[in-house]
Amino acid sequence: MMLIQCPWCGKRDENEFVCGGTTHIARPPSAVTDAVWGAYLFFRENPKGVHLERWRHTWGCGQWFNAARHTVTHEILAVYRMSDPVPDLSAGGAAS
Amino acid sequence: MSAFRTQTGGRIDRTRKVHFTFDGKTYEGLQGDTLASALLANGVHLLGRSFKYHRPRGILAAGSEEPNALVAVRRDEARYTPNLRATQVEIYDGLQAQSQNRWPSLRWDVGRINDLLSRFFPAGFYYKTFMWPKSAWKSLYEPVIRRAAGIGKSPTLPDPDRYAQRYAHCEVLIVGAGPAGIAAALQAAKTDARVIFCDEQSEMGGSLLSESAVSIDGLSAADWVAQSLVALARNPRVTLLPRTTAFGYFPHNLIGLNERVTEHLAQLPEHCARERLWQVRAGTVLLATGAIERPLVFAGNDRPGVMLAAAARTYLNRYGVRTGSRAVLVTANDAAYQAALDLGAAGVSIAAIVDVRKNPGGELHAAAHRAGIEIFAAGTVLGTRGSLRISGVQIGQVDGSGAVHFKRSIACDLLLMSGGHTPSVHLFSQSRGTLSWNEALESFLPGTPAENQRSIGACRGVYALSAVLEDGAAAIAPQRFTVTATVTSPSGWLGALPRPVDSHGAKAFVDWQHDVTVKDIQLATREGFHSIEHIKRFTTTGMATDQGKTSNLNALAIASDRLQKPIPEIGLTTFRMPFTPTTFGSFAGLSRGDLFDPVRRTPVHPWAAQRGAVFEDVSLWKRARYFPVGDEDMHAAVNRECVAVRSGCGIFDASTLGKIEIVGPDAATFLNRLYVNNWSTLAVGRSRYGILLRDDGFIYDDGVIARTATDRFHVTTTTGGAARVLGMMEDYRQTEWTDLKVWLTSTTEQWSVIAVQGPNSRRVLEGLVTGVDLSAAAMPHMSVARGAIGGVPVLLFRVSFTGELGFEVNVPSTHGQAVWEQIFAAGQAHGITPYGTEAMHVLRAEKGYIIVGQDTDGTVTPDDAGLSWAIGKAKPDFVGKRSLQRPSMQAPERKQLVGLINVGSNVPLNEGAQVVETRAQAVPMTMIGHVTSSYYSAVLGKPIALALIAGGRARMGQRLYIPMPGGELEVQVTAPVFYDLEGARIHA
Repeated sequence: MMLIQCPWCGKRDENEFVCGGTTHIARPPSAVTDAVWGAYLFFRENPKGVHLERWRHTWGCGQWFNAARHTVTHEILAVYRMSDPVPDLSAGGAAS
Repeated sequence: MSAFRTQTGGRIDRTRKVHFTFDGKTYEGLQGDTLASALLANGVHLLGRSFKYHRPRGILAAGSEEPNALVAVRRDEARYTPNLRATQVEIYDGLQAQSQNRWPSLRWDVGRINDLLSRFFPAGFYYKTFMWPKSAWKSLYEPVIRRAAGIGKSPTLPDPDRYAQRYAHCEVLIVGAGPAGIAAALQAAKTDARVIFCDEQSEMGGSLLSESAVSIDGLSAADWVAQSLVALARNPRVTLLPRTTAFGYFPHNLIGLNERVTEHLAQLPEHCARERLWQVRAGTVLLATGAIERPLVFAGNDRPGVMLAAAARTYLNRYGVRTGSRAVLVTANDAAYQAALDLGAAGVSIAAIVDVRKNPGGELHAAAHRAGIEIFAAGTVLGTRGSLRISGVQIGQVDGSGAVHFKRSIACDLLLMSGGHTPSVHLFSQSRGTLSWNEALESFLPGTPAENQRSIGACRGVYALSAVLEDGAAAIAPQRFTVTATVTSPSGWLGALPRPVDSHGAKAFVDWQHDVTVKDIQLATREGFHSIEHIKRFTTTGMATDQGKTSNLNALAIASDRLQKPIPEIGLTTFRMPFTPTTFGSFAGLSRGDLFDPVRRTPVHPWAAQRGAVFEDVSLWKRARYFPVGDEDMHAAVNRECVAVRSGCGIFDASTLGKIEIVGPDAATFLNRLYVNNWSTLAVGRSRYGILLRDDGFIYDDGVIARTATDRFHVTTTTGGAARVLGMMEDYRQTEWTDLKVWLTSTTEQWSVIAVQGPNSRRVLEGLVTGVDLSAAAMPHMSVARGAIGGVPVLLFRVSFTGELGFEVNVPSTHGQAVWEQIFAAGQAHGITPYGTEAMHVLRAEKGYIIVGQDTDGTVTPDDAGLSWAIGKAKPDFVGKRSLQRPSMQAPERKQLVGLINVGSNVPLNEGAQVVETRAQAVPMTMIGHVTSSYYSAVLGKPIALALIAGGRARMGQRLYIPMPGGELEVQVTAPVFYDLEGARIHA
C-alpha cells in the first residue's frame, strides 16, 4: 500500500485515495471529429515508467490533485495541484 | 523414550511430554517439537500422498519450504485448518493432525493407481485429454479429477475465531532472526530507532539453533542467541515478533506480517485473537531471510526418508531426533558433510557419501575420511528402492567421458541430499527489486532495490558465518565478530543429476508438491514452451502453495539445459505474496458478519419494523420491501399496496434517495454543463426530471432536481448512486470547470423523505401542511414549496413516481418519524396504506418510469430509454453530448425500451430473460434483447414487462418470443406505458 502525499493533508495510506487515471487530458470541445473525441474517451497510454495521474483524497479532504508516479517501483516523484504545471522531474524523486 | 530420540541435546524440553494424534493414533512428543520432529522421533516418515500420483511422501525439509508434509490440524468441528506444513506445526497436548489426499488410508491409497497410469497423465494432460465432449468437462472430468488430485479439504463451519489487525510504524524492520538479522538488530538497538524484528519460527535464532560446533565472541551459538535476544527484549524500542511471517512486501515499505498468537497453545485463551495481521510501515527494511537448501533431482527422490541434509541436521541438533539408522548422503557441496558427521556422531550409521563433484575436498571432506566414511566422487544416484519408506539407493559414477555407470546398491533408511543453497529472494522480488544472476554462486541475488531496503546474509549469497554476522551488523553500523566455525566453500548442482542416456520411466521430481518431474519440463520444452512463464503454466511447476521454494531453480536449470540457453535468458517467474499460505481470517480481521459493511437505516425504520415490514438491502440501506397484513405473502401484500395507492392513498419512505445541494452564483451553469436538461429555464419553486450521462453518452443517474432559490438547487439521485454522483460532480467542479463558483454538499441524511401518493394524497396533507396552498392551480405537478407540518419546517415537492397525484414531504431527519406518524394518523380517514419498494417498483413500471441500473446497464442512451425529450437541445455542451452525436449512438437498430405484454399466458416474465424474433430457432439463437423489469400488475390484472429490444420502437404490435426451460412464451411489443396512457391522473 502506497503512502501518498496529499497536498492538503500530508501523507496518508493509499486506501484513503482513488486514482483517476492519466492527468493533463483536456476535454475537447464538441466541435471535434469523432476520431478525436473517441481518442479522448477511450485511449490512454500505459507507460512503464513515470506516469502523470490524477488522484483524489476521497476519504479525506475530497480534493483532486496530480501525482507523478513510477508504475514499476511505485515511487511518487512529485505531487502537485490540479492547477499547477508539470513539475521538473529530472532531479528525480524530490517531492515524495 | 523412542529409539529415534537422542539422550541429550537439542532445544526440546525433555521434562515435558506432549501427547497428540496423527490419523487417530496417539504419539508422544516433547515440548518444543514440531509435528514433523515429533513424528520422526516416533519413526513415522510417511505423512501424506502426493497431489497427482498419490505417491507416498514424507518430510523433505525442516522449515516453511516443506513441499510434502502437508497435514490438517483439527481442534474442533469449526477449527479445522488444512494444508499446514508439519514442519511448522508446534505440537501441544491434544493436538489432532490428519494426513490428506488419501483414501481409504494413508498406507493404502486407491489413488496410487494414478502413479501406475502416469504415462497417461503427462504435463498439460488436462488441456488435451479432456477436450471432448465439451459438456463432459464440468459434469464428469472435472469433478473426478478434482477429487483425485488435490490437497486438503476446507472446514465446513464458519470460522469461530477472532483475528486482530494493527498498524505499526518503525524506523527499522528486520525480517528473519538468523545470525544476520540478530547482528543487525543488536546494532539497530544501539540507535534511537524503533525496531520491529520478526521471524516465522517459534524460536528466534534461525540456522544458529541447529548449530552444534560454532562459537561467536566466545559463546556457543545457542548462548550467543540467548544473550542477544535478552538484550533486545530489554530494549523498549525493540519489538520482537516470533511466530510471525512477513508474507507480503507492499509499495512504500509497507510489510504485511502474520502473527500466529494462539496456534501453539493447548488451551485457547478467552478473548484472545487467533492471529494478528500487522501492517508495518518501515523506514528501512532489512531482509535477513536466509537461504533454502536445494534438493537434488534424481529418480525416486521423493520417497519417505529422502530428506535435505540440513533438515536432518536440524532434526538432530535442534530437536534431538535421529531421522534414520543407516544413512547415505548425496551432495554437491562441503557443508552437507557436516550433517553426515553430526548424524554419525549421534549413532546413525553413515553408509556412504556420494559427492557429485569430481574432486571434492576441504576440511569436512577430510573429517569424513577420518571418520571412515566411504566417499564416491563424481557420483550420482540412479534410483531408490522402497515403498512407504526408502530401503536402498543405487549409486552411479560418471567416468572421464561423461558416461554414467552403475556402481553399487546400498541399503539405507535415510537418504540425505544437498544441491547447494538458493537465497530466499521472495520478499525482495515482491518489492519489485531487480534480481541479478550470479554465475559463481549459480544464484539469483538481490540487485537494485526499489525501496529503502537492504538484503543481508545468506539471502544475498553471503554464507560464511563471520561474514553473515558482519554483513548484518554493517546494515546499521560495522562490527567485528570473533567466530569459530568450519569454513566451507559454497557450491551446488542445478537441474537433474547425471544419469544414463537410456534411463526412462522412473520419476525424478522437481516440484514435489505439484508432482512435476524432469520429463514434464522436458515435454514442455518439446511442445514449444520456451519462456519459464509458459513452462510454469504448462507443467504447473512452482505453482503449488509452496511457490516452488525448493523447485524453481532446478526447473529453470532443466529448461535451460534442454533449450541450450543460459538461465538468465529463460528468466525467473515472479514471486507473489503470500510467502507462505495465510489465513483469510487474518485478512478479514473484524470485517465480517455484522461488521462487514455499515448498515444505514432511515428515521422511519423503527416505525416500519414495528409495523412488521419485510426489509431488503438497497446499497447499504435497509428499505421496507412490503408491509404484510395478517398472513399475506409478498404477492398479496404488494397487490393490496398497489391498489391502495391507485384508488386511495399510500405512504412510502423515500428517505434513502441521494440528495445533493448545489449552491452558488454558477449553480445553474454547473447543472447545465452536467445534466442533459436545460436548467436556466427552471423557475424557482419548480422541479424537473434530470438525466446525468457519462461523457461516453450513457445514462449514469437520474433524479428530480428542484430550484429552491436562484442560486440553489436540491438535486436528488438514485439511492445507490448518491456517492458516485457527488464524486463525479466534484471531479468536474475541481478539475474541469474551475471557473465556476459553486459548492456541493451531500444532504442525503439531512432530509427524511415521505412520499404521499394517490388520489387522496392532497386531502391527507391539506389539513396538516401550513403555509402552502396545495390546490392544483397553486401547486401544480413538479412544483416545490416551503411550509410546515406541526411546526416542523418542510420542503414540499409535488412529484410522483407512481403516476398518481402525489407529494414528497422533505423534513429534517430528526423529525422524520414524528412527521411520518402525523401524516399516517391524518391519513386514516382516507385509507392511507404504507407501501414498500416492491409496490413502488410495480407502480413505476405501470407508468414506464425507468430505474437506472435495472432498465439501464451502462450502455443505454437517453434516446434508447425513450427520454430524448429531456435533453436541452439548444445547449452548446453537456457531459455526454458529443458522444450522442456519434453515428453508432443514433443507429435505429439500437436496443430501445419498450413494453411487453403476455400473449396466451398469465405468468410474469423472468427479468433478464432473452428475447428472440421467431419460434423454434436453432441454438445458438439470435437474441434481440432482454427483459429488464417484470411484475404482475394488480390494477391491470395481468403481467407487465419492460424490455430493451433492438429497434424496439419500430416493432410496436409485433409478436416476439422468450425461450424458457418450460417452452417459449409469446409476447407482444407495446409502448412502455401500461396505465393511464394520457397521463391525466398525475395532474389531478
